[in-house]
Amino acid sequence: MKNGSLRLAQVSETSMMLYLTNVIDISLAPIIGRITQRIKKECADILELTPSYTSILIETNPLAVELEKLEGGIMSIAQEEITRSLENENPQSGKLIELPVYYHRDVGPDIDSVAEKSGLLVEELISIHSGRDYTVCAIGFAPGFAFLAEVDERINHPRHKRPRAIVPGGSVGIAEKQTAVYPSETPGGWQIIGNCPIPLYHPNKKQLSPFEIGDQVRFVPTDRKTYIQLGGHV
Amino acid sequence: MSKAKHSSSGLTVIRPGVQSSLQDLGRFGVASQGLSQGGAMDLHAHCWANKILENSVNCPTLEIVIGLAEFKAESDLQLALAGAEMQAHIDGEAVGNWFSFSLLQGQTLTLKAAISGMRSYLAVSGGFQIEPILGSVSTVVRNQLGGLDGDMLQTDDFLPTKPHVSYAASLRSYVPRSFLPEYSDTMTLRVIESYQSTDFSPQELKKFYQSEYILTQDCDRMGARLTGEPINAPTGLISEGIALGAIQVPVDGQPIILLNDRQTLGGYPKIGCVARVDLPKLAQARPGTRIGFTPVVLVKARDEWQEFSRYFGSSLK
Repeated sequence: MKNGSLRLAQVSETSMMLYLTNVIDISLAPIIGRITQRIKKECADILELTPSYTSILIETNPLAVELEKLEGGIMSIAQEEITRSLENENPQSGKLIELPVYYHRDVGPDIDSVAEKSGLLVEELISIHSGRDYTVCAIGFAPGFAFLAEVDERINHPRHKRPRAIVPGGSVGIAEKQTAVYPSETPGGWQIIGNCPIPLYHPNKKQLSPFEIGDQVRFVPTDRKTYIQLGGHV
Repeated sequence: MSKAKHSSSGLTVIRPGVQSSLQDLGRFGVASQGLSQGGAMDLHAHCWANKILENSVNCPTLEIVIGLAEFKAESDLQLALAGAEMQAHIDGEAVGNWFSFSLLQGQTLTLKAAISGMRSYLAVSGGFQIEPILGSVSTVVRNQLGGLDGDMLQTDDFLPTKPHVSYAASLRSYVPRSFLPEYSDTMTLRVIESYQSTDFSPQELKKFYQSEYILTQDCDRMGARLTGEPINAPTGLISEGIALGAIQVPVDGQPIILLNDRQTLGGYPKIGCVARVDLPKLAQARPGTRIGFTPVVLVKARDEWQEFSRYFGSSLK
């Protein structure tokens, strides 16, 4: 990424937005993840940080007195991390999370139609979807919902025009270049091709969800028996 | 825990009302996991209800929407009500709004339907004794977090309190008249222009400021949907973090003001944010309220918000 597009803009009395660039680029995710962690650790008066694809929303204490110093601190952290990523040819990414997925029409109602529209056999679709590691680019929409990129072009499909009223927890979906696991039951419009039996949102635990921006996710196809042993439902 | 009958200090819910939830200043440091901030929608009333009991403003209060609620004291309690006027009474005896009062063991506090405003805040001396989750008691139902079991208040819920020992706290106190808001069916909200405001055309911005919008039925803790003159919004935005009070304009051009339980990320363009000190009156607005907008400079809005924060003696969030 280019260094010139970095900017900090005030959005409310106590919130500012750090914009890194104007285009989605999955190589940004680990950089945004590191900048977020460093701001949290190194800056005073930070109440909340909301990282996304290309930006970080930063909310500060309303009575923070040294705003200019804070802004300067945030900008130099961002500059340092961008420079470091430009110098490093093999940028360090986040942790790798392996998730078992049962790819089957019983839990993936769209698997047949997605395969058909792609001109692929279901087995081919499965091996393409599970054949690469994805980067956590953003977390939002619902607690623990990680937007993962980037899906192989051969299996890119848009969302349903009308979202389903209920998508069961664990559902693995595709929406264009992104894929994700729905952590809990919610309405949703993604193309559902399987189910992950591992719970991904724990409202009562310290670690709410395993994902952080910049992490890598690998889907491991599993059979029905293992899926059920791991707690999956058909 | 919530359903058990207790002999200890506290309040039993006889009727939970239309929608009542425990709230404090909100949950922070969790947005990167996709969790909403929550917190009292009308901070002015929430803070005053606590302040007249000499509580810290981060003590949880009960946010009671519309009213029609009833609570029974299991011990002698010192309470305060602030916000919407719900004609509270104890065993037939009227209780003043924006006042502290005693509710003795066995007595019942009843709230009617609000005659002005939408949300009333019930505080107890020392605060409700609820275990915080991720640093907050605030209930966010869509995240299954906070309150009692992450849910709105239910019949027979028990809200534990500190044993009422302080005689001093039982002195009747009230909010000075000059601090009492007037709830109205028309209001002007001041806007800190930010986010994509310069991507809207000057004509569209002018239209936004000159039009009057109506608050629809579709207004809750997540956001307030307005209807009126549609605004043409720019497209092609990348999803980004949404600040409290952000005014987003989706494809249909009808503005939505995003509030405490908003989702953390959104891809619709935003004109800016409603000034924080104006949000309490929006929290009290009923569907049908006519809302206008006017720009405010950031420095002025920030000064007012800092003044509010300093007054309540805590780093408000």
